[in-house]
Amino acid sequence: MEFFKIRKTIPFMRYAFVFNVISLLTFLAAVFFLATKGLHFSIEFTGGTLVEVNFKEPANVERIRETLEKAGLKVEAQNFGSSRDVLLRMPVEKGQSSSETSEKVRALLQVENPSAEVRRVEFVGPQVGKELAEYGALALLVTAAGIVLYLWLRFEWRFGLAAIIANLHDVIIILGCFALFQWEFSLPVLAAVLAVLGYSVNESVVVFDRVRENLRKMRKATIPEVIDAAITGTISRTIITHGSTQIMVTTMLIFGGPALHYFALALTIGICFGIYSSVLVASPLVMWLGVDRSQFVVQPKKNLRDENDGAVV
Amino acid sequence: MNRYPVWKYALIALCVLFAFVYTVPNFFGESPAVQVSAGRATVKVDAALVSRLEPALKAAGAPPTGMILDASGVRLRFSDADVQLKARDVVEQVLNPDPQDKAYVVALNLLSASPSWLTAINALPMYLGLDLRGGVHFLLQVDMQAALIKRMDAYAGEIRGLLRAQNLRHAGVARDGQSLRVRFREAETRTKARAEIGTRLPDLVLTDRDDGQDLLLVGALRPEAQKREQEQAIQQNILTLNRRVNQLGVAEPVIQQQGADRIVVQLPGVQDTSRAKEILGRTATLEVRMVDEEAMRSGSTFNVDVFPERKRDGTVTSVPTRKQVVVTGDQFVGAQATFDQDQRPAVSVELNEAGGRIMRQMTRENLKKLMAIVLFEKGKGEAVSVATIQGEFGSRFQITGMFTPTETNDLSLLIRAGSLAAPMEIIEERTVGPSLGKENIDKGFSATQWGFVAIVVFMSAYYTLFGVVSSIALGVNLLFLVALLSLLQATLTLPGIAAIALTLGMAIDANVLINERIREEVRSGQSPQAAISAGYERAWGTILDSNVTTMIAGLALLIFGSGPVRGFAVVHCLGIMTSIFSSVIVSRAMVNLIYGHRRKVASLAIGDTAWK
Repeated sequence: MEFFKIRKTIPFMRYAFVFNVISLLTFLAAVFFLATKGLHFSIEFTGGTLVEVNFKEPANVERIRETLEKAGLKVEAQNFGSSRDVLLRMPVEKGQSSSETSEKVRALLQVENPSAEVRRVEFVGPQVGKELAEYGALALLVTAAGIVLYLWLRFEWRFGLAAIIANLHDVIIILGCFALFQWEFSLPVLAAVLAVLGYSVNESVVVFDRVRENLRKMRKATIPEVIDAAITGTISRTIITHGSTQIMVTTMLIFGGPALHYFALALTIGICFGIYSSVLVASPLVMWLGVDRSQFVVQPKKNLRDENDGAVV
Repeated sequence: MNRYPVWKYALIALCVLFAFVYTVPNFFGESPAVQVSAGRATVKVDAALVSRLEPALKAAGAPPTGMILDASGVRLRFSDADVQLKARDVVEQVLNPDPQDKAYVVALNLLSASPSWLTAINALPMYLGLDLRGGVHFLLQVDMQAALIKRMDAYAGEIRGLLRAQNLRHAGVARDGQSLRVRFREAETRTKARAEIGTRLPDLVLTDRDDGQDLLLVGALRPEAQKREQEQAIQQNILTLNRRVNQLGVAEPVIQQQGADRIVVQLPGVQDTSRAKEILGRTATLEVRMVDEEAMRSGSTFNVDVFPERKRDGTVTSVPTRKQVVVTGDQFVGAQATFDQDQRPAVSVELNEAGGRIMRQMTRENLKKLMAIVLFEKGKGEAVSVATIQGEFGSRFQITGMFTPTETNDLSLLIRAGSLAAPMEIIEERTVGPSLGKENIDKGFSATQWGFVAIVVFMSAYYTLFGVVSSIALGVNLLFLVALLSLLQATLTLPGIAAIALTLGMAIDANVLINERIREEVRSGQSPQAAISAGYERAWGTILDSNVTTMIAGLALLIFGSGPVRGFAVVHCLGIMTSIFSSVIVSRAMVNLIYGHRRKVASLAIGDTAWK
């Protein structure tokens, strides 16, 4: 079986400008949504109390909300996974501890409906939430810096810069989607975003590896031709690996239940945009940043001179 | 060229075997058990104790089916959950005849049902996090400022006593924030006092300051003493929490310091979360203070602390007390719930020697005056008992004023469990019910399972024999990962399971790279053997690069992540390492075994390479 019987090199770089405009527009849209709508942070970041309740029969979310609000609790209630599961979110109230809040909810719900079972309580103090947000941003920064540094050492600074621009733009697009649809941004989602960052840099690495190899092999080709050949040569692998990873992520989306839903969703967006940006955005960027054959074939020249020196003596 | 020396095959086979042995305990499931450990330092769990238990259990019809005795205590295995419950009650009756004063912690637990030889070589099932097995997780913040202030208050008392003993006249000792101010009228007295305090209390930095007509001596805690004070405070709090948790009877509690001023408490398998929270969350400290009767009459609030007092009829009155603390909670050594002579619930307490001496002196000097016992919870004080001092007493006395035996029980438990050096506040809490934990495992497991099956089907169809080899390598990767997690006893959480699935999805990348490369080499006219060799060689650099970048992200998560993210990061990082090994070395070994020893290979079973 072979899906990709590509006989000619596809002239990707001819459309480099188009790809980058598309990606710039998506990026700007993502930034726009992030700025206007903002992320819907989970209580892990904002602080607050979250209670998951399971009922024996389908729950009346409206009634639950009313009951709790009558008792003076500010609450946001929604179904979670199934109609029998309800998720309650309460912001941090000054002067009231988490234990009081969750106990109060438990008591109130049990009066309302004896079959109510509190399955999960999460409370995060506002100060912990702030720390988590800071550490999350720090993790993102360190990852980005680490990747640039590694690619710089391994290839050349242009590759590092191009890869990180392409992939950070993926991150912004994932965040933009979360802002647009107001999906909940939780800690596992943050983990997914960082995993995507590390993962889709792979794509750039694979293409860059091939670019480097081709630069040495295809002595007469122009830079765009070299890049085109590299992308064409790796496209089958790119799509198959992403397909395999996506198979895993899709099963997570289907079987993983509500707890893994947004995690898998973030990965899905990341993987789809990852292919596009790390191949079709990073490569033109490298080209425009002025990659040159001399940057990679310095080594043999030096050896040559050494040999000549030896010959003279 | 595609042959490994025999030792290499042997080493790989050994690794796989090793991984298999350490993975096996995960398949045996768990059997119900009762765990007994020492609740106090003075009692021991040993063979003698077990021999006391065995006949009692047999008589009750709950004979253990196995037992493990080690330094942490004894774990008795039972055939089913009903027997387990019955056995718990029997053990509790035998070991803790007095429910007020439990010498042993008896808890329900689950033990791995794997054969004992596996347990003996430390092959244990993966350690499941609270989100998978159910339980409570608390993060407590210790209020260090309060600990320091408390310390300074104690110093103020000591300085007063010191100056009185040396007959040095002063015009008042007061605490201002975290420093102490002692006022003097004469410079000479101040110099003497300074020398005296300096030698007796070396942890204080003393400076002279003149404030209008008064001469001040300002004392502050040295930075190193401050640090020591904070460390001691957190250590004492951890100790106290340990004792409180022991009262709850939890099988494998985790109580650890996190950062400079935080404590993590994890109680796996705890069902009654509200009870746990009550015991832990009641960060109560006791203080004995004198009631300021003058302020009580005049209603003035000047220079007194005012606490509410609940009366028997439900009304609340306020009690003004002096700021000076007579006895603090850490001087209590014992407490029992009893009844007083009028059959009202009471708590009988015992103070340590120093506390008893202070108490004797105080009661002698203040006969017929009012004394208050103030219970501090979450920074708020409440006078639990206000009583007239009827006679001189020392280290033993009774506190009355509670209304029900339950309340006296709780108070005595709190006092007995030790007092906290500094107040604490729950700043993070996660409670997961056992049914949700079970569901999380099932969902995570089925996601991984179906994803794995789908990848295997696809790889085998697309790359035929090489696809099968890649799939086996992927299976070996999973085996290594589970074995490592079991061996390290790293906590597996739901995000951790997600990381297993994701790692498998990413790990196949290496094999796809290799297989594609081999196909390419074959198409460009290389011989099959040369294609395999070149394919693996050329793909290696790329595989390394891509795994390093993924690893960077994983490590950043490991360092900066907390809670669920860390669980994800640990598995992710381990998975990257195992995947490099299995997808490159293990798969190569298999390919070598298949092709490397043939003299003639006409073509490779790697799918369609015939097109040009």
